[in-house]
Amino acid sequence: MSESTLNLTLKIWRQKNATDAGAFVTYKLDGVSTDSSFLEMLDLLNLQLIEQGEVPVAFDHDCREGICGACSMVINGRPHGPERGTTCQLHMRAFRNGDTIVIEPWRAKSFPVIKDLVVNRSSFDRIISAGGFVSVNTGAAQDANCIPVPKPDADEAFDAAACIGCGACVAACKNASAMLFVAAKVSHLAMLPQGRVEREARVLKMVAQMDEEGFGACSNTGACSAECPKNIGLQHIARLNREYQRASLLTGK
Amino acid sequence: MASSTRETGPFDARIPEAPLGEMWTTYKSTCKLVSPANKRNLDVIVIGTGLAGASAAATLGELGYNVKTFCFQDSPRRAHSIAAQGGINAAKNYQNDGDSVYRLFYETIKGGDYRAREANVHRLAEVSTSIIDQCVAQGVPFAREYGGMLDNRSFGGTQVQRTFYARGQTGQQLLLGAYSALSRQVASGRVTQYSRHELLDIVIVDGKARGIIARDLVSGAIERHSAHAVVLCSGGYGNVFFLSTNAMGSNVTAIWKAHKRGAWFGNPCFTQIHPTCIPVHGEHQSKLTLMSESLRNDGRIWVPKAKGDKRKPRDIPEAERDYYLERRYPAFGNLVPRDVASRAAKERCDAGYGVGSTAMAVYLDFADAIKRLGQADISAKYGNLFEMYEKISGENPYKTPMQIYPAIHYTMGGLWVSYELQTTVRGLFAAGEANFSDHGANRLGASALMQGLADGYFVLPYTLGNYLADDIRTGKIDTNLPEFAEAERAATERISQVMGIDGPTPVDKFHRELGKVMWDQCGMARNSAGLDKAISDIRGIREEFWKKARIPGDANELNVELEKALRIADFMELAELMCIDARHREESCGGHFREEFQTEEGEALRNDADFSYVAAWQYGGPDEKPVLHKEPLTFNNIKVQARSYK
Repeated sequence: MSESTLNLTLKIWRQKNATDAGAFVTYKLDGVSTDSSFLEMLDLLNLQLIEQGEVPVAFDHDCREGICGACSMVINGRPHGPERGTTCQLHMRAFRNGDTIVIEPWRAKSFPVIKDLVVNRSSFDRIISAGGFVSVNTGAAQDANCIPVPKPDADEAFDAAACIGCGACVAACKNASAMLFVAAKVSHLAMLPQGRVEREARVLKMVAQMDEEGFGACSNTGACSAECPKNIGLQHIARLNREYQRASLLTGK
Repeated sequence: MASSTRETGPFDARIPEAPLGEMWTTYKSTCKLVSPANKRNLDVIVIGTGLAGASAAATLGELGYNVKTFCFQDSPRRAHSIAAQGGINAAKNYQNDGDSVYRLFYETIKGGDYRAREANVHRLAEVSTSIIDQCVAQGVPFAREYGGMLDNRSFGGTQVQRTFYARGQTGQQLLLGAYSALSRQVASGRVTQYSRHELLDIVIVDGKARGIIARDLVSGAIERHSAHAVVLCSGGYGNVFFLSTNAMGSNVTAIWKAHKRGAWFGNPCFTQIHPTCIPVHGEHQSKLTLMSESLRNDGRIWVPKAKGDKRKPRDIPEAERDYYLERRYPAFGNLVPRDVASRAAKERCDAGYGVGSTAMAVYLDFADAIKRLGQADISAKYGNLFEMYEKISGENPYKTPMQIYPAIHYTMGGLWVSYELQTTVRGLFAAGEANFSDHGANRLGASALMQGLADGYFVLPYTLGNYLADDIRTGKIDTNLPEFAEAERAATERISQVMGIDGPTPVDKFHRELGKVMWDQCGMARNSAGLDKAISDIRGIREEFWKKARIPGDANELNVELEKALRIADFMELAELMCIDARHREESCGGHFREEFQTEEGEALRNDADFSYVAAWQYGGPDEKPVLHKEPLTFNNIKVQARSYK
């Protein structure tokens, strides 16, 4: 933990509200500790802005432990910045003294900007509501060990279930496709016996909702997976496609 | 019979008249029910969408009630339950190692240092097994063995393996399970979800909670929502310390407003300091990061035997290391409960044996475990935690020991609730970390997730029905009632007041100052002089805040500084109550360590003769003293003794 400080130039997207046109504003920020996190760097900027009587930069964040999925910034052209992981887990030791850092919100029609770096991701909630669940009422469950699951399947399901719903996959995609997000949930439940009862309905409804929300199509570029802070792999998109095809054939929809 | 002393009125804990093991069954068999046709006409508001809130809302929706849920995050899936790492306890005894409902009950009471209510804790242990069944049925990908059966691990304060886990992301997976159940109800129309909304006040009509005032955080609009009952699942208040493992937005506002509207506050000073967090590094630090307690299964905690030893940890030979937990507590070793482990770390650091640049850290070393099990095995168990540690600290814990130090993590205190999870305000319920009920003065690891889901999936659906059964003829609650207008006016006035301060200082600075006072005087160790000083310091900070804070922007837009200011204003009021509670409890128990009350060996000295009660505080009014009520704790099914982990 050897600490030094950085002097930085920040170019940050400022947009008052959803209808405002928005623009980049440049700020100088000195004395940033390399031990601080990226968001702590923005905290520092905001403290200075408030002291100068300006309106601080709004950004989404909450747990700051890389798990809630709230933080969502495109940093120097990459969702969550130069390292694998979430924005909140990015630390300033990844930057050099004198760097210029460009910070933007997620860019996608289905994630409209609310203010500055804050976007509306409720489309993701609606996709999950369309079918991203097992229909089991509380109290209706049998003993947990009555459903043995082979460990490799459980592990693969977990890998998909690790998705934090941050939306970096959409922000990374030139088509603003949400395929990796949808695939993660479809794949998680398709790998488990609990999820198989509703597999056809689930995949058809979730994909239909994804389309309705205006997300783009998948062209298998793989930027989503490359930028995913939780390493969700492209094999889950392949599984989604298989599930979709299978469901279409079986149901004729 | 557990209920030898029963009080009447709002303070009646309403413990069923039955032997301990039959109380919950008796309650379920005799409580009032609401028919499906009537459920459709009853509205319930749930505040917070963490494990307690999401599971309650989903289950109430399944049952047929009209449910509205509110969260300040942009999606219910982001509630802070998501950050819980290690696991969830359940008395399944799948490992055949001697576990049982009674043992989980016993260990939870003992772990809580005999300051929790027997009846609630036993019910928690009973329903724990159903939670695992429910979550597995939802598709929660718990860790499994090669035979396909569920795997378990050990956690602090226990000698059996009863903790179910999903790598180091158990909270995430359980919350996503509850969120998926909630989403299903949203799709069915039984639940309406309001994201980016914050509760500003509770509306009380004729002594009953009948709705809330909320602020749409995007537009700034103030809204009225009515219901037949309000359930607070808004989590804990650890952020009163500024630096904690809580999420940045976690706050006390919902339960504090409830307190000011008549709900008594139980044991506010009982806070949990988690022993294994990444140490504080600098003045601009915004939060502390927890390293799961599960790491203590394989990691060994030590400091150098020599004071101020500045050698690199790997250069310090085995004989010159002090594995102080193994030395002091041979029976439990590194797996002593959290309060014990935290205090032991503080003791070593205060005595000058701390490590790292600030000397306020101890080592958590995996070298032996890696030697014994191999790096691959350790990585499979804790990979994501090791990665997170390296991201934050810049050091590789496979090669060099982690540095850890205790941090504020959880609040056992919360709104006082009866056995039915009802507060002293009728129709106002509190579940999960927001209530005080199950963990006494110290919570065992992997029990918070258990309690949140027990309350939401299995307890509230019965107890709320019992309450609502009397409301089937009430009809829709009108939001034009004068009580709604009054609450809205109070909320709007509070906002104008805050926006009108017009000082030079960002609100975070007051929060940071408040946190420092609380950590120094009402943290891991407390004493009467320090607490007296804290109370006057807090008043000073509060005065300064109302004169000097600066909140830029307007109230009718997304305004993060306004959100923070409103929360901090409540934290500053709560802080005083916490210190008053800590000051009055002249004993050491669990996370509450009063320096005046300790054994010669420095262990906590409980005083059962005078303090075996729940302190429930009634709001006295602005700048008035709160009124103390005592709910005596009686233990008829467990022998109360000095807690020993030696």
